Amino acid sequence: MQKMKVTLLSGRTINQGTGKEHGKTSQEYYESVAICEVDTNDLDALGIKDGANIKVSTEFGSIIVKAKESIRGPHPGIIYMPYGPWINAVANPTTHSTGMPSFKGIHAEIEPATSAERVLPLHELLKQAFGKE
Amino acid sequence: MPIVKNVTCPICGTFCDDIELTVKKNKVVDVKNACAMGEAKFLNYSDPHHRNLNPLIRRNGTLVETSWTEAIKKSAKILAEASYPLLYGWSSTCCEAISAGIELAEEIGGVIDNTSSVCHGPSILSIQDVGISTCTLGQIRHRADLIIYWGSDPYSAHPRHLERYTAFTEGRFQPSEWKRYVSRLRGVIGKKKLERASQLALMEEFSVPPITGNQFPPTLETEKERKLIVIDARRTHSAEFADYFVQVEPNKDYELLQAMRMLVKNEELEVEKVAGVPVGVLEKIVDVMIGCKFGVLFFGVGLTMSSGKLRNIDAALALTRDLNFATKFVIMPMRGHFNVTGANMVSIWQTGYPFSVDFSQGFPFYNPGETSAVDILSRDESDAALVIASDPVANFPRVAAQNLVKNPLIVIDPEKSATALMADVVLPSTFVGIEAEGIAYRMDGVPLPLKRVVKPPKGLLSDEEILRRILREVRKLKRSQRRSNA
Repeated sequence: MQKMKVTLLSGRTINQGTGKEHGKTSQEYYESVAICEVDTNDLDALGIKDGANIKVSTEFGSIIVKAKESIRGPHPGIIYMPYGPWINAVANPTTHSTGMPSFKGIHAEIEPATSAERVLPLHELLKQAFGKE
Repeated sequence: MPIVKNVTCPICGTFCDDIELTVKKNKVVDVKNACAMGEAKFLNYSDPHHRNLNPLIRRNGTLVETSWTEAIKKSAKILAEASYPLLYGWSSTCCEAISAGIELAEEIGGVIDNTSSVCHGPSILSIQDVGISTCTLGQIRHRADLIIYWGSDPYSAHPRHLERYTAFTEGRFQPSEWKRYVSRLRGVIGKKKLERASQLALMEEFSVPPITGNQFPPTLETEKERKLIVIDARRTHSAEFADYFVQVEPNKDYELLQAMRMLVKNEELEVEKVAGVPVGVLEKIVDVMIGCKFGVLFFGVGLTMSSGKLRNIDAALALTRDLNFATKFVIMPMRGHFNVTGANMVSIWQTGYPFSVDFSQGFPFYNPGETSAVDILSRDESDAALVIASDPVANFPRVAAQNLVKNPLIVIDPEKSATALMADVVLPSTFVGIEAEGIAYRMDGVPLPLKRVVKPPKGLLSDEEILRRILREVRKLKRSQRRSNA
């Protein structure tokens, strides 16, 4: 399977902002946060369609989210994920003794998800990560 | 229907105070003046699907309803018995609750940290090192003629910031950027129409041209109206409003800031590009900065979370200081939550330190990197936690969140957050600013009151009341412990 090395940024989007106000367990939040914005040309190079599942891996973990064609491009080699539990499965916890983890500028790899891999909804993601319901 | 005017919006650091709410049968039915986030909150906060309405306690692996008495007793027991408890959150509640929280932290000898440690904590560390030249948002609104956003996307995170305080507001002494933006927009729409027509004729793909061009606007230095420059790692939505957008390579903000400092000091750069930005463009931007009458640099977590962290802020603060030798320039962090500034303020009043305060030795001790929440959790040092008005399970890196969930966890939150779903005790509180009153601090350090607009659901207590009850119970436990020891 073809992989691509990229830099992962995380941050706020207005949809994440309104999604969280609808409630963390809401469909709005899930749809606005469990995504990864990728540059159009990078998506083409990997053969991933807009809205298909994509696997984002870093040395800290990997996560399946929905790929979204970035409307904020061109930003080749940069992917963007909104703040939330999905990005934090792959975020860099190193704080360099400042208290602040490295949420932006993380080395990552992206590849198309296999047909067996799906985007986990919040409850399943929490169950998988923390073993609680 | 009664309309409540001048409501403050309990969401982001812009802390708008001009919201109008229509209330019908103790429910908010219409929202005026708020942004998309504000409207979503005021109209959806009471949705019972996403709300905690009863105290919950974990029994045999599942959260079940319980009484307030039992929930408070259980929480007090967890905190009193823990040897290194962590009290985290605070930025989305009022100052009164934060004050009670610090008292509780001192009583149990725990660590109290607010969300600024994963937001603008590095900025605070840097301000303590370098110092800051700043002012209130009102000054900026009326006087600033150059606005720069660096590593911050106000359209997404502080949607009304541009409209209330910066580029799009008419100040008493400073006209806004509005006219220039509208004429640029017209140009783009015309271009789009032409391209659409040619696409229909030729059946070819077309791309939408960005509103902000790649060419540096030649007249920018001489414009009388407010000027807006956005510097970011990607073309954010806010960049579309800007007169000029600078795309910096990720993790290279420090280089770019230091290069700008060199140019401000009239030194020469012997390279073609810095952080992906041509030196020629950089020289023009610095000319605009030196040439302005009153400039302001707003910086977001794009600087504090990227490589360099507090050192990026050092460079930004120093750049502002250097610019003040030539003109008037101020700098301000774009604080995220509506009362994160208040959390720092109250913490400073009561402990002497703004965040990450450790009471385990019996006196306040401050050393971010050692006493900050993510570090304590990543090293698995705490043995219990109380989380209030925030959602670290959703927003901390996985390893930190796992160690938080592993130990006894108390959550005070009106909402079913990811953290509340993982908790051992859930104490449902009222929404401050909608169902409860309080005081909060805007991002520029101006305190404003939070209003009570509707009555809270029956049986819910305010954040402050819950914390005071836990504190009373902890003191009772400690007294009886002392008696039995004696």
